[in-house]
Amino acid sequence: MAELFRRFGAGLSTIFLGLVAVWLAGLVLAPNIMMVDYALRPNLPPAEIGGPRDVYSLDNILYLANESVHRAIFFKTVWASALVAFVTLVVCYPLAYWLAQTASARQTGIVLLALTIPFWINEVLRTLAWYILLAFRGPLNALLLWLGVIDQPVRWYGDVGVLAGMTYAYILFMLFPIYNAIESLEKSQIEAARDLGASVWRTHLRVIIPHAKAGIATGCVFTFMLAAGSYVAPALLGAPGSRWFTEIIYNWFFEGGDWNRGAAYAMVLLVLCLTVVLITLKIARVNLTDVAK
Amino acid sequence: MSVADRIARALFGFYFAAFFVYLFAPLTIMAVATFNKSRFPTVIPWQGTTLQWFDELWADTGMWQSLWTSIVVAFFVVLLVLPIGTAAALLLTSLHARARSFMYAVMVSPLLTPGVVIGISTLVLWRQLGVGGGVFLIVLAQASFIICYVMLMVTARLQRFDRIQEEAALGLGASKFMVFRRVILPFLKPALLAAGFLAILQSIENYNTTLFVRGFDTPLTVYIATKVRTGLTPAVNALALIMIAVTIFGAVLYEVVRRRSRGVAVR
Repeated sequence: MAELFRRFGAGLSTIFLGLVAVWLAGLVLAPNIMMVDYALRPNLPPAEIGGPRDVYSLDNILYLANESVHRAIFFKTVWASALVAFVTLVVCYPLAYWLAQTASARQTGIVLLALTIPFWINEVLRTLAWYILLAFRGPLNALLLWLGVIDQPVRWYGDVGVLAGMTYAYILFMLFPIYNAIESLEKSQIEAARDLGASVWRTHLRVIIPHAKAGIATGCVFTFMLAAGSYVAPALLGAPGSRWFTEIIYNWFFEGGDWNRGAAYAMVLLVLCLTVVLITLKIARVNLTDVAK
Repeated sequence: MSVADRIARALFGFYFAAFFVYLFAPLTIMAVATFNKSRFPTVIPWQGTTLQWFDELWADTGMWQSLWTSIVVAFFVVLLVLPIGTAAALLLTSLHARARSFMYAVMVSPLLTPGVVIGISTLVLWRQLGVGGGVFLIVLAQASFIICYVMLMVTARLQRFDRIQEEAALGLGASKFMVFRRVILPFLKPALLAAGFLAILQSIENYNTTLFVRGFDTPLTVYIATKVRTGLTPAVNALALIMIAVTIFGAVLYEVVRRRSRGVAVR
């Protein structure tokens, strides 16, 4: 801090500190504190706010624990997000490995460029693209019918649609950390494993994956967090039977009219995500400083 | 080459092709469907080639309204995130080991928060102060996490800054303000340009956070999502196609700026 003042003088330093304070206190901390405050208070008519019934309690969170439909949707969101992370990992790992170890510099450049193009495009539009592709009378069903794989059109909207759309949306968040991690592995280590008689499978399992652990953990954590907090994919590609936890939260705010319960649910989502992120990073021994790259 | 290796190669080739089909097929189909006469956007059956959906989009006042909303939001977001992100980066690089990693963790925390939670917490705070959802809250909610990207990009550039330049300027009699204005800011310019681009894109494409704080205002992404549910026609595809074209153009520009900023650093 003294260093800041020494470098920029009192005037500028005060402005800098003020700006950062506005951000962290005004835009990050205060909203979150208020959300927790809302979450712990009951939903009362305006006349009763501040009255004897306006006391802190865990009722809103207990409501989630006891309401079986919401509870089921919450757990479903957790495991489905984990599934999204896992599927994305499986889809990305071979390509990340190829890019980092086998491909020539030129190939890597071209493929990375090709990969980034779809990801400059808005998540809503990417989801819309899947909405069109997966329509009941859409191109995918037409193709599969023509190939004779199916003899009735399939209703893709629902769990499958959400999984496909989310995996698609988060590929880069998985690919880049893994690519960076594998790239730092010396080729000679892989060759050594091969020369000593390890099969391809074993080389990956014993040499490459342990080395890339940090990258894999980072990718999985981000994908999980993004999936659990996503609204657009389940809203467009889902079906009534595949509701997502964020949709329940939305309903409390804009249809159920109980903001306190909505805030409590949002808080549960936040705690879930932060816990998963921090524990996974701890287990994989990844420093937070390395995550945001 | 052994048989096993050949099979492995063939399998990888198949996977590689499938990966890129997966990546580009949905976007291609969406783009091509713009030119089909069919009222629901699809490519099968092809009912004739047309440009009518562009006309329909052009005549859609709701779309123009929401485009304007998005532009206004993006403008104020950039105005907010560049100074704050820069200040945060300068503060961070002036801190020592322990305090630095703590501040770093605090400053990237909005990136680890689900977008819907950022929207909700902002909405709840400002209702308490008597302010409802709308452009103002969209700007604040988006800025709270877009600042992180600016901070990261400026910090990355500052790490290549040679402090001797600062001391030289001071030694030659420049005031501390002049050093900031004439030495540090020009050095940061490429990073600030790149961060500005990124901020605009992030702002326009945001949906999860915006949805909760939008009030009665409808930015472009919300407009598109609503259209999908209430009456999707290829006019939305036409909009998507235009947005994709603009985005890719912006992305290319961004890459050029970023590469140039790297080039300067190497020299």
